Amino acid sequence: MSSTFASGPSRRTRTSRSVLHALWPPVAFGIGFLALWELAVNVFDFQPYFLPPPSAIWEQFRENPQLIWNATKVSGLNALMGLLVGTALGVAMAFALGRFRLLNDLMTPLAIALNAVPIFVLVAVFNNMFSITSEVPRRLMVTLVVYFIVLVNVARGLREVGPTQLELMRSYAASQAAILRKVRVPNAVPYLFTALKISAPASVITAFVSEYFGGSQNGLGSRIVASIAISKNATAWAYVLGACLLGLTFYLVTLGLERVATPGGVAARQRGEA
Amino acid sequence: MSGGSDTRTEVAAAVEVRGLTKTFNIGRPNAADALVDIDLTIRSGEFVSLIGPSGCGKSTQLRLIANLLEPTTGQVLVNGKPARQARLDQDYGMAFQQAGLFEWRNVAKNVELPLELKGWNKERRRQRALEMLDLVKLPEFTEHLPWQLSGGMQQRVAIARALAAHPPLLLMDEPFGALDEMTREHMQSELLRICGETETTVVFVTHSIPEAVYLSTRVVVMSPRPGRIKTVVEVDLGSERDVDTREDPAFFRKVTEVREALRGMPMTDLDEAALEP
Repeated sequence: MSSTFASGPSRRTRTSRSVLHALWPPVAFGIGFLALWELAVNVFDFQPYFLPPPSAIWEQFRENPQLIWNATKVSGLNALMGLLVGTALGVAMAFALGRFRLLNDLMTPLAIALNAVPIFVLVAVFNNMFSITSEVPRRLMVTLVVYFIVLVNVARGLREVGPTQLELMRSYAASQAAILRKVRVPNAVPYLFTALKISAPASVITAFVSEYFGGSQNGLGSRIVASIAISKNATAWAYVLGACLLGLTFYLVTLGLERVATPGGVAARQRGEA
Repeated sequence: MSGGSDTRTEVAAAVEVRGLTKTFNIGRPNAADALVDIDLTIRSGEFVSLIGPSGCGKSTQLRLIANLLEPTTGQVLVNGKPARQARLDQDYGMAFQQAGLFEWRNVAKNVELPLELKGWNKERRRQRALEMLDLVKLPEFTEHLPWQLSGGMQQRVAIARALAAHPPLLLMDEPFGALDEMTREHMQSELLRICGETETTVVFVTHSIPEAVYLSTRVVVMSPRPGRIKTVVEVDLGSERDVDTREDPAFFRKVTEVREALRGMPMTDLDEAALEP
């Protein structure tokens, strides 16, 4: 338990300084890595089909912004739709599990088991169910992946409330509804964001991989495969760069939402129970 | 053994426990008598400590008074009402070893919680919370989040919250058990001041003999397996107690008296008690 007490302003300056402090090593590492990559390609004279240099990838990225953006929109929208629907369903189911014990006993082992299986191969089955140009199978796949991550975490957040806090609420003669509203739901918020921080990048990855199982050749995942097929390696890498940026965007947006939604909660979790 | 008080006054006792028995896991092979034949009357304005080795059922007894547990046999009256009714009416406040603050609520909002559940409006709640934080000497921390406070400060907030609805009775389960010795002694004095100002009756569970003697008007010494009241030590050190009280020969005599009452028990249990955090 922290025994320090930090006042507002001094904490802020410390935070901005520590952000800078935390940022420079990865940035320096990234630049160093790219430089080494470029150097290695030149020194060892790698063929472009084996490994293109970062400069060539960047050139492809700059030359095809429209193509990359279009593919990003397709994959990004699939990921986003799946993420939203999966989160909504996962949260709804977590509440239902908290309410009905039998449902909990049925669903929890299933959720854990399914989490251990690479279920995105199911997209092949979904493809079979819808028309060949439909984006639904991919979105369905993302939904399913996100759903289980959110379900498991939020259900735990609703369930795992401090015993002292529950005894207190009982001593206040609080109803189950009041306990849900004032204790369980706020307790589950950090768990929801933990789930979102996992499932936001996972939704993007699932959206790409889903494209490998057929359907329209319009997303980042299928463009990567298509570019390699016609030996345009640097272009394929440019699409990979687009994929990285999309995943990063999803993650950062989630992180930002978390900052806004739980100003105190996150800090409290990091320091152990208050 | 009874608390030995004249209960025949017109004012209802703060707590009245009659023929109380609690058996856990009843009807199963691992059934255990936690408490047997407990009779205890606590008058309004008293400060009563329950002390004893681990397994003597002192926390169980507190939870029975709070109606967080149901007795197997016997009866608990709080303010002359059945314990369940007293709980529903929020006739008591409660504090635990863990402050149990809600980390997503700031300090004032934590204190307001019991009032929220009573249906008080926002203005009245806020005003009372500020009064309570004044009482526990944390007026400048209303907007802070729990993790920004030290353990002692968190425990003060927990006390402010327990007393926010001005209950006549305060039930405390080793509230200072996790604090360091200096903070602990300071908090003991603060608790006496607060309960004196608010005229609150207190039932206090502790492992510490000096703590029990310093705080209490009566110390209830309990013995384990099954838990029962061994003896009750009256502590007549007066109502004005301060740092000098801790060095008073009369204080040491009472500490010795309680210690000897505890010593009549098997040593293994006492060792356990000493080891328990």
